[in-house]
Amino acid sequence: MWLKNNPRPDYNYQKDISGCGLAGIIHRQRKLIPGSEIVKSINLMNDRGNGLGSGFAAYGIYPEYKDYYAFHIMYGERADIEGVERFIRENYEVAKIERIPHYHVSSIVFHPRLRRYFVRPKKDRPDREVAELSDDDFVVRTVMKINVEENGAYVFSSGKNMGAFKGVGFPKDIAEFYGINEYEAYIWTGHNRFPTNTPGWWGGAHPFTLLDWSIVHNGEISSYGINKRYLEMFGYRCTLMTDTEVMAYLFDLLIRKHHLSIETACMALAAPFWKDIERLPEEEKMALKSLRMVYGSALVNGPFAILFAHSKGLVGLNDRIKLRPLVAAEKGPLLYMASEESAIREICSNPERVWSPRAGYPVIAWLEEEGTGITAELASISEGASLRL
Amino acid sequence: MKNGRAKINASGIYYRELNRMIREAIAAGEQEIELIGVNGQRYIADGIKQKVMIIIDGVPGNDLSAFMDGPTVIVNANAQDGVGNTMNDGKVIIHGDAGDVIGYGMRGGKVFIKGNVGYRVGIHMKSYKDQVPVIIVGGKAVDFFGEYMAGGILILLGLTCPNNQSIVGNYLGTGMHGGQIFVRGKVEKHQLGAEVGIQEIGPQDHKLIEPLLREYCEDFNLDYNESMSRPFIKLVPVSHRPYGRLYAY
Repeated sequence: MWLKNNPRPDYNYQKDISGCGLAGIIHRQRKLIPGSEIVKSINLMNDRGNGLGSGFAAYGIYPEYKDYYAFHIMYGERADIEGVERFIRENYEVAKIERIPHYHVSSIVFHPRLRRYFVRPKKDRPDREVAELSDDDFVVRTVMKINVEENGAYVFSSGKNMGAFKGVGFPKDIAEFYGINEYEAYIWTGHNRFPTNTPGWWGGAHPFTLLDWSIVHNGEISSYGINKRYLEMFGYRCTLMTDTEVMAYLFDLLIRKHHLSIETACMALAAPFWKDIERLPEEEKMALKSLRMVYGSALVNGPFAILFAHSKGLVGLNDRIKLRPLVAAEKGPLLYMASEESAIREICSNPERVWSPRAGYPVIAWLEEEGTGITAELASISEGASLRL
Repeated sequence: MKNGRAKINASGIYYRELNRMIREAIAAGEQEIELIGVNGQRYIADGIKQKVMIIIDGVPGNDLSAFMDGPTVIVNANAQDGVGNTMNDGKVIIHGDAGDVIGYGMRGGKVFIKGNVGYRVGIHMKSYKDQVPVIIVGGKAVDFFGEYMAGGILILLGLTCPNNQSIVGNYLGTGMHGGQIFVRGKVEKHQLGAEVGIQEIGPQDHKLIEPLLREYCEDFNLDYNESMSRPFIKLVPVSHRPYGRLYAY
């Protein structure tokens, strides 16, 4: 019963020094990087967490099922599985169902039941009678439905050819538990959690994901209430009791549904200050004012450093006044980002360039993609160098 | 001299163990301690009072030289966040960049950085009588340089920047109510915090910064004349109690 839906524990709220750790790597030419690299990097910052949450996101790990959505679902009780699987079989073409491989780790005394499903929405699924949802939209609906309605079941990963692995423990324990070293990916993110305002539970560990989007975050989102209510108007439901969840859904809404570019979406979340907008040429001023007005409820207030991965690349972003650390480094086709420079040097001793991204300006790295218009040149790293849209 | 020097291989050693080894070496009378293979170990040289020299190879972790009260620390790499936190005496020489909140609440001693620094450098540093902390940055700084500064001296040189480029971010000296900031270059009004005013520097100021810059240039083997090749401006608080009226009902 411990993974029941929407538990509202009456816990004693005590503020502690926050200090989560983040690490991310992308190989822009899609060369696979062993999981041991991200584990080494995040592990160096072990003291940034307190054992109450850790996780990893990996892209390019399911090439044999790359056209299927990979659902990672955690269940509290055996009885919680049945309803979810009935729904999945009714609505999805199922290529494979299996237990997410995991191993005994002495420090992890109990864990949810973990299963993964490689699925594709059926063409003739029952909702077709009333809805013309795209596959992506149907998957989002499914995730929200399971997380809200199904007792003790949470979808914590739902993208294609990617997966999130997370739980309660220190990074090295969670890495060992899921056998992260056995996976190879061209984008990795890792998180070491130090929960401050919300409970440390399996669903609340980072990354937070939806479809291909995944977020790891250090900080706290003071605008959580506003962001959550805004997202609810578009059918997103926040069930994981951690503020970061809103960012995953905001990126899905702004980029996938509203077709904003990543730069513009970042600018809505970490909007330039009004006083800086005032100094801009008329056209840019108008554009940014409009963006802030339209997306006022998507503004993410409070301290944050995030790594935001997706099927085409990796993004690093800070709050507008840099209240959380973030360092980036580059070596050939590899881009590294982390809370501390040492975490990068642990796996890349001689980077060509090391820098601290400017507050509020995203660092954007694209994967090279053959035949899709993203060339090697475009696959470079950009850093929003001006306030331009 | 052979004795008085110790070399510690810090590679893969947890910070607690490393700091214990450093303290043991000092207790054993070592004057110079060289740390090799450092990567991310926190709290190095924290609270140490003896006037030893600690040379660091690799990137030290956060809060380097916090509460430090005497040693000279040389970093032959970049440094992370929180260098010189509440430092009381001694000197830190960084041959690379440094991160955010350098010299937080610093109350004495010197922090010299060859490269760039992050946000909130010199936040709430303070001085008392002849205890005057000094931070000199050779490269650029970003926002909140000298935030809530209560005393001491901050010097920003921008040596690697072209003449027309701004070497500091916004909110410069926000909440400043004591101390002095010297910037080698221009600062636009919109970059300033509400609590500071710009002054041109006079002979008194030259007398104050000249020996400091000579010492800085010597430490990094730089040309002193180059460091003085552009005009400085000086920022001072307009009030020593900027918020005195804010809460006075």
